[in-house]
Amino acid sequence: MDVIALLFTAGTLQLAVATATPIALGAFGGLFSERSGVVNIAIEGMMLTAAMSASFVSAYTGSLYLGILAALISGALMAALHALLSIRFNMDQIISGTVINFLAAGLTGHLYQTYLVPPQWPGSVGTFQTISIPLLSDIPYIGQIFFQQGPIVLTMLALAFIIHYVIFKTPWGLRTRAVGEHPEAADTVGINVYLMRYTNVIIGGTLAGLAGAWLTLEWIDNFTINMTTGRGFIALAALIFGSWTPFGALGAALLFGLANAMQIRLQISFPEVPAELFQMLPYVLTIIIAALARPVPPAAVGQPYEKE
Amino acid sequence: MNESQAPKSSFRERFLRPLVVPVLAILTSLIVVAIIIIITAENPLIGLEKVGTGYWGIIDGALLSPRGLVNTLVATAPLILTGIAVAIPFHAGLFNIGAEGQFMIGALLGTVVGIYIDLPPVIHIIVTILAGITGGVIWGLIPGVLRAWLGSHEVINTIMLNFIAIALTNMIIRNYIKDPNPSTVQSLPLLETAQLARIPFPGVASSRLHLGFFIAVLVAIAAWYFLYKTTWGFSLRTTGLNPDAAKYAGIRPKWQYVLSFMIAGGIAGLAGIMEVQGLPRVLPVGFNAGYGFTAIAVSLLALNNPLAVIPAALIFGLLTVGGDYLQIRAGLSVHIVSIFRALILLFVAAPEIVRYIYRIKVKPEEAEGVPIPRTRWGS
Repeated sequence: MDVIALLFTAGTLQLAVATATPIALGAFGGLFSERSGVVNIAIEGMMLTAAMSASFVSAYTGSLYLGILAALISGALMAALHALLSIRFNMDQIISGTVINFLAAGLTGHLYQTYLVPPQWPGSVGTFQTISIPLLSDIPYIGQIFFQQGPIVLTMLALAFIIHYVIFKTPWGLRTRAVGEHPEAADTVGINVYLMRYTNVIIGGTLAGLAGAWLTLEWIDNFTINMTTGRGFIALAALIFGSWTPFGALGAALLFGLANAMQIRLQISFPEVPAELFQMLPYVLTIIIAALARPVPPAAVGQPYEKE
Repeated sequence: MNESQAPKSSFRERFLRPLVVPVLAILTSLIVVAIIIIITAENPLIGLEKVGTGYWGIIDGALLSPRGLVNTLVATAPLILTGIAVAIPFHAGLFNIGAEGQFMIGALLGTVVGIYIDLPPVIHIIVTILAGITGGVIWGLIPGVLRAWLGSHEVINTIMLNFIAIALTNMIIRNYIKDPNPSTVQSLPLLETAQLARIPFPGVASSRLHLGFFIAVLVAIAAWYFLYKTTWGFSLRTTGLNPDAAKYAGIRPKWQYVLSFMIAGGIAGLAGIMEVQGLPRVLPVGFNAGYGFTAIAVSLLALNNPLAVIPAALIFGLLTVGGDYLQIRAGLSVHIVSIFRALILLFVAAPEIVRYIYRIKVKPEEAEGVPIPRTRWGS
């Protein structure tokens, strides 16, 4: 029983919300892309590129904020390539995503070995510190879990509300959903399908970029090769399980965060059990969740649009 | 077109035209990678020199020297097999990113049989290989069944299964089949009866070439025959082209999905176990060399044709081995090879880009690329 109690302490759940962050942000990134009709399995690659750029720029400039900026820009650039391939060149969107993921792995690996190892490496500038939001963080239990977190985690929580508003309550959101559901109809009422898709995929890229920034600016303070370890794909599963809504995706991401936090705690509590058994937990959970989800995707997702 | 010209142009149409895009794709990738090397070098001149020595290093080291050639052929074998493991599901309309995991589980199950079950020489090799295939089939069956009956997407599932396969393999090596002696973490060695024969090669002292390469070529021929000359292969391809039409013809797409993934898994598993039987003869932690991912580029470069997979795999085998020479001779990181892989994949999967760059004009009805399923989530 002690173990069960340990798994639900405020400390464990605080860790759960933190580790849910890259998954939620990745899912938000996928949401913009897929709501506009572009399948995005490249979140992993965008996240990885951003994690490296953030680490690189913050180390060489000494500024965490410039690191964030670099992450957002590099995420957007990878997304722009994905958009170009799948919208302009009609490439299958899954293959295009695979290209981005391979390219990200190769480029980050090459740049890491060229610039991010000693003797060139100037050393990291550390990570963002935890912020306690006044008043809210004093709420017992809940306060520690949600309101004593790093700035990227707090941004992620705020983004869930903002994105919900943007997607479901603004003309922009309506147009985005229209080009994802029925591009021909959207086109006839004067919406620029291509422009909407490009913009939304790139917005998605910046969000995946923020997820990458969390890895190297808030979670740990240096980049390692392939450090995203599938978080981008888990984000996609969270998006699907959350039926392409921000709160649904956040809920699914929190579930993964919980599995991850428990995995970390269980490894410490049961050193005699092989650590790999616990490490598999989030991946197994993803498969189960993907099997249970009965998703109704945006109708035109994956379909290139060709103007008549 | 008059009739006397027909046979000549048909040779061009059948054998030369399909080569245009792959060849230009490789060429363009070489140019783009050269640009990346030059940009990230200390200065452009040094960069240019690195490109020269690096590219020549690949050819000279991995192709022209007997030892390099042997290493290239050795690296080509698993790429042929995993390439086919990607190509077959593509024909059924499915995308297998899971060859890597199927390869691992094949290696794992085969290794266990190769270590612990004592059998006479030839029989032991066969049983070990069958165990490897079985491991791959099981790992392929999971996403196949999940896709067929629960409609959950194979792309996510196979990626997750890759991570699980790596963790599972490492766990079993560390905790159950670990060799107590050496300092590196690896399994006990396979019994000698389960090891694949090495084949001598002229000019190479202790050749690493093993039967795996020849088995891989035979499997490629069999896979081609299966896909294009048998009813089963026809059903599979029909499902990929149009699942609804397949249903009318009495083909059950769900079974085709499961079948294609079982075959793919089995072939990837075969690649995995032969990699253990032929080379290190032990299963080390961190065995995954990324063959399953390179396989995607191999399959698409070959336009998903199992016979064309052989030369496509050879090109990537050359790059894999050449990566070491990039590092040794030009001081470039081996990750350059991953960039190559991504770019070749990019240019073959979007032939429109290649045609755009080189201003190749095609009639609209010919302007089709690789037969890839258009994907959507859910069922």
